[in-house]
Amino acid sequence: MNLLELQGVTVSFDGFLALNDLNLQLAPGELRAVIGPNGAGKTTFLDVITGKVKPTRGDVVFRGRSIVGRSEHHISRLGIGRKFQTPRVYQNLSPRRNLELAVRGPHGPAALLFGSLSSEQRDRVQHLLSVVGLERQAQQPAGGLSHGQKQWLEIAMLVAQDPELLLVDEPVAGLTDEETARTADLLKQLAGDHTVLVIEHDMEFIRDLQAPVTVLHEGHVLCEGSMDQVQNDPRVIEVYLGSETQEDAA
Amino acid sequence: MADLLSSRNLRRWLPWALIVLAALVLPVVLPPFRLNLLGRFLSLGIVALGVDLIWGYTGMLSLGQGIFFALGGYALAMYLQLNELKPGELPEFFSLYGVKSLPAFWQPFGSPLFTLVAIWVIPALVAGVLGYLVFRNRIKGVYFSILTQAALLVFFNFFNGQQKLINGTNGLKTSTARIFGELIGSDVMQRNLFWLTVVITVAAYLLCRWLTAGRFGDALIAIRDDEPRLRFTGYNPTAYKTVVFAVAGALAGISGALYTVQSGIVSPQYMAVPFSIEMVIWVAVGGRGTLIGALLGAVLINYAKSLVSEALPETWLFIQGGLFLLVVLALPDGLVGWWRQGGPGRLIAMVGWPPRTATYPALDLDPQVAAEQDQLERRGGGQG
Repeated sequence: MNLLELQGVTVSFDGFLALNDLNLQLAPGELRAVIGPNGAGKTTFLDVITGKVKPTRGDVVFRGRSIVGRSEHHISRLGIGRKFQTPRVYQNLSPRRNLELAVRGPHGPAALLFGSLSSEQRDRVQHLLSVVGLERQAQQPAGGLSHGQKQWLEIAMLVAQDPELLLVDEPVAGLTDEETARTADLLKQLAGDHTVLVIEHDMEFIRDLQAPVTVLHEGHVLCEGSMDQVQNDPRVIEVYLGSETQEDAA
Repeated sequence: MADLLSSRNLRRWLPWALIVLAALVLPVVLPPFRLNLLGRFLSLGIVALGVDLIWGYTGMLSLGQGIFFALGGYALAMYLQLNELKPGELPEFFSLYGVKSLPAFWQPFGSPLFTLVAIWVIPALVAGVLGYLVFRNRIKGVYFSILTQAALLVFFNFFNGQQKLINGTNGLKTSTARIFGELIGSDVMQRNLFWLTVVITVAAYLLCRWLTAGRFGDALIAIRDDEPRLRFTGYNPTAYKTVVFAVAGALAGISGALYTVQSGIVSPQYMAVPFSIEMVIWVAVGGRGTLIGALLGAVLINYAKSLVSEALPETWLFIQGGLFLLVVLALPDGLVGWWRQGGPGRLIAMVGWPPRTATYPALDLDPQVAAEQDQLERRGGGQG
């Protein structure tokens, strides 16, 4: 059975179709890359899955149950985590406290007031801090971190949440080559235990992931396949005006 | 003994020692009139703590805290009106409007126990219900502020118009009421009320610190800084906002009750629009997001207000406006925030005495280096 299934999802903003009859299936443990030119509907596609935007038509099924109409926190608790395009960490809290908020566990006011972190949760936070190399900055406000460190912190927060499905929006924007390679390794590690969907513009990074690629264009799936198949597909070259694929070839 | 006097322990105990000292010395030093003023302003500090919780920490600017403040004041005033009445007697003002029997909702306020609970539970419930309806519909920002102000006006007009229920615009007097056989307005009673206010203010401060120090407080800050992000992490911000708004309402109720008995009357004027805006100004000037700032702001501004009004009547509003401008333009984090970010040092540097640094300035200012230094000092302090 598929973990996630989008069935004929259409999103209309005042007549403009951000998503147009989109169909997509994700198997458990899969690592999938989604690419597409600007305005292809990539972010709206994540908004629909996470409950921020309600589809005009169609259905989103997670683990066999429709999640359309559920609120964001509900969907998140079902096991869908999201990393945003621009790093969104809580600037006034330290990386450690950022992670402590994100770490998997009860999220109600009473639990936060009267309960304390279990030792597993504490270990998890400590482990993630060391994985993303923020141990030394663990106590300073996250607003002072560099762009790359914020990206990594947000990825760590996503992992701390321990969702079954990770939706990762442009994880390597603004990262150095080395950081990009490390991010690719991290995502490949996560796949298997988790299902990971990555949206990225960086073709080199997508190639690194060695994952099946879905190309979005004007709100629907243009084609699916391996990176090589997709790059040689004439339709893909056409929608990208050849620019990005040619750059890659060069 | 040496351990007790180390800088870290000193920093922990000194404030408490000073509070106890002040509570003991001030009633002796200050004339009863000044002491009474200080007690009133301290009780206003409690409502300011609530404003800080919802605005400074959670980012919801409420302009309607006067509702909860007045509800607490009315609850206590109603009890005092009924206290020591002979069976069958009614509070005096009812006879003016030809009311023959006590309105039903007055009945439970004959009980001191009920009143003590009602002072904070009724405002908390009103705030909780109002808040829940607003937050569930994801109303926030300026729309929330306007809604709270509109609610304030509704309550203000309602209380103003109900002569037969609560003496309308005249309000309820408490200074001539008696409790434990003692007149509320007497000097002895006022001194006891001052001590009570000090104790409750400290308790309210500790409550707020407990709420803001842990992960709950982190969640509040996260709501203020990026609420949608928190939703996607599996949190339901509505629950948090409702809880914190109700707590702020309860604090406002307690504050209103203490303020009422120390000023001798509660009236719909407590729900006037400017008063609720002033509460926000105290917090802004003191430093939002810092609890001590809210307390300091409330006490300092009100004391300044009473001193200025005595010397130069009519000028206070200009000074208050100027203060608010100063805070908005120059001190966005208020006095306490400015102090904590090294404001005094910068001010001195501005007039020509830069702070001496032992190493390169860039190294001194590096937060990592500073944190490390702090850690080392703490370790040294623990041993010495």
